[in-house]
Amino acid sequence: MGAKGLRLGAVLAATLALALTGCGREGAPGGGEPQVQQNVAQNVQVPGSPTFDRIKQRGRVTIGVKEDQPGLGFRDPVTGQYSGFDIEIARLAAAQLGLDPNTQIDYKPIPSTAREQALATGEVDYYVGTYTINDKRKEQVGFAGPYFMAGQDVLVRKDNTDITGPETLKGKKVCSATGSTPIQRVKEQQLTEPQNIVEFQRYSECVQQLLDGQIDAVTTDDAILKGYAAQDPDKLKVVGKTFSQEPYGIGVAKDDIALRNKINDVLEQAAKSGEWKRVYDATLGKSGTGAEPPPVDRY
Amino acid sequence: MDILVEYGDVLARGFLHTIELFLLAGVGSLVLGTVLATLRVSPVPALRAVGTGYVTLLRNTPLTLVFFFFVFAYPKLELLQFPFFTAAVIALTIYTSAFVCEVLRSGINTVPVGQAEAARSIGLGFAQSLTNVILPQAFRAVVPPMVSVLIALLKNTTVAAGFSVNEVGSVIPFLNEEGEPTTNAFIWIAVGFLILVIPLTLVQRSFEKRWSVAR
Repeated sequence: MGAKGLRLGAVLAATLALALTGCGREGAPGGGEPQVQQNVAQNVQVPGSPTFDRIKQRGRVTIGVKEDQPGLGFRDPVTGQYSGFDIEIARLAAAQLGLDPNTQIDYKPIPSTAREQALATGEVDYYVGTYTINDKRKEQVGFAGPYFMAGQDVLVRKDNTDITGPETLKGKKVCSATGSTPIQRVKEQQLTEPQNIVEFQRYSECVQQLLDGQIDAVTTDDAILKGYAAQDPDKLKVVGKTFSQEPYGIGVAKDDIALRNKINDVLEQAAKSGEWKRVYDATLGKSGTGAEPPPVDRY
Repeated sequence: MDILVEYGDVLARGFLHTIELFLLAGVGSLVLGTVLATLRVSPVPALRAVGTGYVTLLRNTPLTLVFFFFVFAYPKLELLQFPFFTAAVIALTIYTSAFVCEVLRSGINTVPVGQAEAARSIGLGFAQSLTNVILPQAFRAVVPPMVSVLIALLKNTTVAAGFSVNEVGSVIPFLNEEGEPTTNAFIWIAVGFLILVIPLTLVQRSFEKRWSVAR
């Protein structure tokens, strides 16, 4: 009994530990796999869309995504599964285009700087990954949506009480992604001194430095920050005062207006039917903050 | 051309930082590389081991990892802290000096043994024969590969963009966020690098001609 009992104890302890960490992950938007079931639309027609013709012919859709943003577009390094709000939106759109989101999607992680090329060359059929709609970009790609309205916010360590909003960043070390709009805004509005601005290639590197105490705050869209806060709720918090409007759109090839209109229809339908809400609640909503679907902008 | 007009100052500032990084790290790695080469050919086995160990370690570590160490791991040691720009110069210097060392060592190997023996026979010590007889000839022999190492260093400076140093590598994500076509940005940055590398090549040519050793 002795040895057996010990071994059993060890196995139990290990299982418990696994279960505990498992629980922590499941609660957090980030890890795991897609969670929302989608009904696949039948007999979908998108007349005049070269992208859709290509998808039809291939029988599969290639979607450009982010892989390093927990809660939005995140690839689990162990299982290779993608999860997050953007992924669910991508799946929703695929299902409404008549593709089974569990078997007929190929995800392709595309970094921000390569998005326009990937859409222009047809490397991806559409792109869902914290892609802020703006006029300059509309000259290069088409945008369906917005499907989410994000805003710039600030992430700090949980015990920090000095930083309560953008106006309290003076004298603090502030980090964001190299050359990103949020860090440009910090520079232009002189929210902190130039020597206190830190830029890394990835937000995860900023968050690491924040946890290490090398910097005081990470700033970017609240949606991205909420994902990190939900991963580490004991150590991090989002300040909660957004100071910009970042409408996230689905990028499509610039001249494919038919597909753009189709995805706009899908998004409007999803907002009306409560499908959007289900997707949000299963992902970003787990951070504890609510959100409404923004009105679609048909330009 | 629009990019040049609209973002000329951003590009110019980026290239200025690139040049600063290159000059500081270039001088640093030429000095450190020479010291390392001296260690590797010295008669003392312990010093040779130090030189070999350094070169093996640094030449087999990707530059990004060297940067990672200085930006993410080094601060945890809670030693002397320095800004990101200094960290970038240090990372580039210790990385490039391993390559400079090896280039120089190959140069030392081209100097005929008779030269060293002659130096010793007139009473010069190791340090004297190295600095007065062997290294000058070695440097002359390795001008082209040394310039190649320096050109590689110049291009490697773009790695620093990922580590909070605003050299020209950070201009691409900036322009992309501004909504400019990335291809155009790439083209102008490539042109900028051409403008920086061509003078290096010309310097190489002229040194090759002036310094060629008649053997």
